[in-house]
Amino acid sequence: MAASARGSRETCGGAGLPRANGGAEAGPRAVGARRGEAVTAAAMEHITTPKVENVKLLDRYTNRKATNGTLYLTATHLIYVDASAEVRKETWILHHHIATVEKLPLTTAGCPLLIHCKNFHVAHFVIGQERDCHEVYTSLLKLSQPVKPEDLYAFSYNPKMSKDNREIGWKLIDLKVDYQRMGIPNDYWEITDANKDYEVCNTYPPEIVVPRAANKATVIGSSRFRSRGRIPVLSYLYKENNAAICRCSQPLSGFSARCLEDEQMLQAIREANPGSPFMYVVDTRPKLNAMANRAAGKGYENEDNYDNIRFKFIGIENIHVMRNSLQKLLEVCETKSPSMSDFLTGLENSGWLRHIKAVMDAGVFLAKAVKDEKASVLVHCSDGWDRTAQVCSLASLLLDPFYRTFKGFMVLIEKEWIAMGHKFSHRCGHLDGDPKEVSPVFTQFIECVWQLMQQFPCTFEFNERFLLEIHDHVYSCQFGNFLGTCHKEREDLKIFEKTHSLWPFLLQKKQEFRNPLYRGFTAYKELQPNTLPFSFQFWCGMYNRFDKGMHPKQCVLDHLLSCMSQKTKLEDNASELENKLPFLDGPLTTEACSLSKMGSGSSKTPMLNTPQDYEGEPAPVLTNGSMVWDINVMSDVDQKNKENLSKHQDLRDLKDTVGVLDSEAKDASAALISSEN
Amino acid sequence: MGAGAPGVLGPRPVAAPARREGGLGGRAVALQGFPLPRQPPRSSAGAAMEFAELIKTATVESVLLSGAGLPPVRGTLCITSHHLLLSSRPGGDGAPGSVELWLLIRNVDAVEKRVQNLGWYQPPRTNGSQRDTRLAGSSGTITLRCKDLKVLQLEIPGMEECLNVASSIEALSSVDSVMMLYPFFYRPPSLRLEAGWHLFPLERYYQQIAAQTSQWRLSSINRDFSACPTYPPAVIVPAAVDDEALRKAARFRQGGRFPVLSYYHRKNGTVMLRSSQPLTGPNRKRCREDELLLGTVLDEGERGFIIDTRSAQAAKQARMTGGGTEPKASYPRWKRLHRPLERGRPLQESFAKLVDACNDTALTMDRWLSRLESCRWLSHVKAALSTACLAAQCLDREEACVLVHGAEGTDTTLLVTALAQLILDPGCRTLAGFQGLLEREWIEAGHPFHLRCARSAYSHARLKQEAPLFLLFLDCVWQLSRQFPFSLEFGEQLLLTLFDNAYASSYGTFLGNNEKERCLCKVKESTHSLWAWLNEPGEKKKYLNPLYSHNALVIWPSVEPQSIQLWQGLFFRWIRSSEYLDEAWAEIQRLVENDDTSVEESAGNRQSQAPSDTAAQTENKR
Repeated sequence: MAASARGSRETCGGAGLPRANGGAEAGPRAVGARRGEAVTAAAMEHITTPKVENVKLLDRYTNRKATNGTLYLTATHLIYVDASAEVRKETWILHHHIATVEKLPLTTAGCPLLIHCKNFHVAHFVIGQERDCHEVYTSLLKLSQPVKPEDLYAFSYNPKMSKDNREIGWKLIDLKVDYQRMGIPNDYWEITDANKDYEVCNTYPPEIVVPRAANKATVIGSSRFRSRGRIPVLSYLYKENNAAICRCSQPLSGFSARCLEDEQMLQAIREANPGSPFMYVVDTRPKLNAMANRAAGKGYENEDNYDNIRFKFIGIENIHVMRNSLQKLLEVCETKSPSMSDFLTGLENSGWLRHIKAVMDAGVFLAKAVKDEKASVLVHCSDGWDRTAQVCSLASLLLDPFYRTFKGFMVLIEKEWIAMGHKFSHRCGHLDGDPKEVSPVFTQFIECVWQLMQQFPCTFEFNERFLLEIHDHVYSCQFGNFLGTCHKEREDLKIFEKTHSLWPFLLQKKQEFRNPLYRGFTAYKELQPNTLPFSFQFWCGMYNRFDKGMHPKQCVLDHLLSCMSQKTKLEDNASELENKLPFLDGPLTTEACSLSKMGSGSSKTPMLNTPQDYEGEPAPVLTNGSMVWDINVMSDVDQKNKENLSKHQDLRDLKDTVGVLDSEAKDASAALISSEN
Repeated sequence: MGAGAPGVLGPRPVAAPARREGGLGGRAVALQGFPLPRQPPRSSAGAAMEFAELIKTATVESVLLSGAGLPPVRGTLCITSHHLLLSSRPGGDGAPGSVELWLLIRNVDAVEKRVQNLGWYQPPRTNGSQRDTRLAGSSGTITLRCKDLKVLQLEIPGMEECLNVASSIEALSSVDSVMMLYPFFYRPPSLRLEAGWHLFPLERYYQQIAAQTSQWRLSSINRDFSACPTYPPAVIVPAAVDDEALRKAARFRQGGRFPVLSYYHRKNGTVMLRSSQPLTGPNRKRCREDELLLGTVLDEGERGFIIDTRSAQAAKQARMTGGGTEPKASYPRWKRLHRPLERGRPLQESFAKLVDACNDTALTMDRWLSRLESCRWLSHVKAALSTACLAAQCLDREEACVLVHGAEGTDTTLLVTALAQLILDPGCRTLAGFQGLLEREWIEAGHPFHLRCARSAYSHARLKQEAPLFLLFLDCVWQLSRQFPFSLEFGEQLLLTLFDNAYASSYGTFLGNNEKERCLCKVKESTHSLWAWLNEPGEKKKYLNPLYSHNALVIWPSVEPQSIQLWQGLFFRWIRSSEYLDEAWAEIQRLVENDDTSVEESAGNRQSQAPSDTAAQTENKR
């Protein structure tokens, strides 16, 4: 049972992150020099031992002999190089991805160091010398949770991109354009800058969409009656029938308080949808929680005080319940060789899928109210930045195929999560802070999208890897998008001046994130998912993502992507010949060569920002479902080059697959042959 | 489908004498222009008379049919010897009615009836055209739960009618005589009767093995089923053991199932054998011939593994009833491994509980997961795959011979040997190879299909012999296909079709319990083979996996719980809509077909990456 070539893909423990730094191939040999730009003095002073030899990395699932190698600490990553493998094998762990570091009791083999990552990577090292182990341990504690925001990776991350390109990257997503796509401003809704100095609400963006009928006094009045001033604003307008999804925080109603302006505000929202005599007010909390809030002067809307509202509770649990649920789920995932019953019981007891279903049910309720009942919906929870964000973004995704495209999904995250003040920094634990604020709220949203992908394999332009990549970067702090808690804080941190935006970087790698089965923008409109319990599956690709042995041994996605790139390549060749583009032999080639490096391609990004990007109309959609801006972004040369690259990647992956194929009987046969009982 | 011509329903009036006025006329209208899915039987008059006695009501008008996922439809219900038909009434424009239901009565697993005296009550679901006069006072609902897990409802006007229909269906569905079953009457015009029966001649398969090694020979000891009534006439045994010794060894094994070769692993020359338990009994009886037989399998100094599919304790207890297991002292070079696999009643109950949970749409997430766990079906899948991997590992990695048996050697034994071959041998993973594997390791090896598949998940009759071992096997194959989406030439559709046909079929392939029974019933002479139909070009297309590319390697599945999924395509076939998933497959098909060259390219790439298996690869290229 030789340890064979299985899993050389584990190399990229950091899920592709290191590659983004330009040539992970160089490996740690070049770490010191190459990372020069990323090394901040603050980080360096935490590293007392940059290199430890004789470190073992245990495999969680097999009885395979542990590997032996060297562990490096850099300013940004922990890198483990397996010296015992014939092929060079590296495991990269970004410091920001580290959730917990534990020093386990000393064993004969050495001092075990157990690292749990926020992207659900678990690494179990055994370090020969206890002193080394302790030093690595204390370094990692400090490196993984910086105290000052300036120490976050994003502020030192330098992909050698020009200032202009960096700025253009930040302008890639413009929410105004999305509102335009919905037809706003129109007779009923307007974009107001009432919040430009954060007077109305300091966790909202400067520009918000409110009913035209709501004047300044109504807005200000309502803001005084809503928790943290988070007044009802528009999240999504369903153009077909004028029904809107709006969001806010809980009212400060206590047991009996009223607010005329708030009542006017809701009336204005209801009247902005003349087709419906009523509107829903949805409190996404369990009723008990909402009632308990009344004692603190908060609570929920009294149906008697608001005209023609239908009030409804949807019991999604709070951040603390969700955190504990994930904790239990991860314990199940980590159990060593569990029986089927252990696993299913653990899955049930974690409650995780129950919570996912609750979020999905709420999203479906909203989408149905808007589409079938033609009624507007106002959604809130307590502060309106966790459950509300989940539910509103999910409903938009169900209603509007645009949000199922690359661009649309980025807009959706920018709009419902980033702009509306989901506290990424606290929920993800970017900085050393209150652990009770951490909660997998965004993870749940991403999982809901994945569950939808399982039911509707042809409706999303992107694939599972895209979701995982976004999920990685929410925690990586490599890009500025998810830093801080709200727009104001990001301004104060100067992230738009000092950091890079994630989105152009993702668009660069679009080929590998593409869903080959996507049938185009117009093939499906609203989605009506099945929400019976059996339709929800455990997402092995997320929670056991780094346990490659558990995944299907042959990857359909890779194969189809390579089929596809082959096809586009042929088509490209054809169009190239037809067009004989004049700049073919021009200076572009050099740029194309450096395409793998971050940033070079985004010189084309201004093209993304034209209004037709956001047009929801079928017109700009080509037969293959790609939109005009796809074509604009990259010249044919770029495109082709990229294809070659991704093709190359595919081949490599295929080879890896093969390696896995006939590797030892791994999980199946581990310890199967034991003495007779 | 749809090849039949109208008016060929000759025998039916005999089988179904009209007892009610209007019944005959109604049928005549309904039968005009039937797009017949299959030609009905040319039954002998004698059989027809027997069926006629079972049919109390042959036709009922204005029956409302509803079932999961289909809009309710009203029409005329006909009961024939083997089928239940419902044809919608001709539309107002004089268009002929169409057949909405064509159900093999053998497929009915359970019949539930509910009658109500409605009196003044008019059913609310009528849509205008309701003009039935017999609705005078009562109606009834029959729920048909089918072996393929589909559930249908028939709303029948008239209580008496309803009861008659129900008892007719019950009687017809529980006809137990093999020769009365539909395959003996089914004569599709497009197939030849003898086609498909000799596609996979066992002798030739064994001869090929015998030709590759001098240690094995084809024996005709069982030509007349005298050595072992459940073995086929052809068996392959160690060359060093003569027929006389075999006969003695057979007497030492339950049901005469002496150790025979099941699979020869060409890569290293190891073999997998299967048998039933030895009859050691409480007195620890021994049999020199049996010991000799197993002894000659191993070369000097070699050791083999016996995989007993019962727990050590169960094997020990079997001694009390005359069975037992191979004691170390008598078989010193064989190492025994116990891997208990569920079978019999517990397995049947597991299946029923799972289907019950799947059909309960009112479950919360917690209840669903808890019932999924407590039915234990996925645990059985995991155990079966693990044990098959163990057998495969012994052969491929340990380079040791393996003997697999449980008690009778006709259930879990075959589950393990068939799965292990699928894991090891790329030849079994083609469409033809898989059919050959089923023929060899399930049908000819004597899995008692007639007993095991007599009832499915819904039957609450007192079950004795029923157990879904074949379904468990199909489920495991589905798990393999999910983990190795390129490695099986066939897709899910084939597995579903096999499941359906094992429980109720127009074809003779799964009839009877063993070759001896099939010979006695002249199954091969009087029925069509399922394989003949499946391999028709038009039909075959449906079963192929568009992603298939030959993979010469061993496919080791992961048996971690995270890697094993509930087979939704089977258990939720009639419950969830598969529209979007079907579209995805169509899209895959489209993508791959446009790209045939690159498939081959990457397939070639895959193969070239397996230097360790080049030998096996070239061997297997055919």
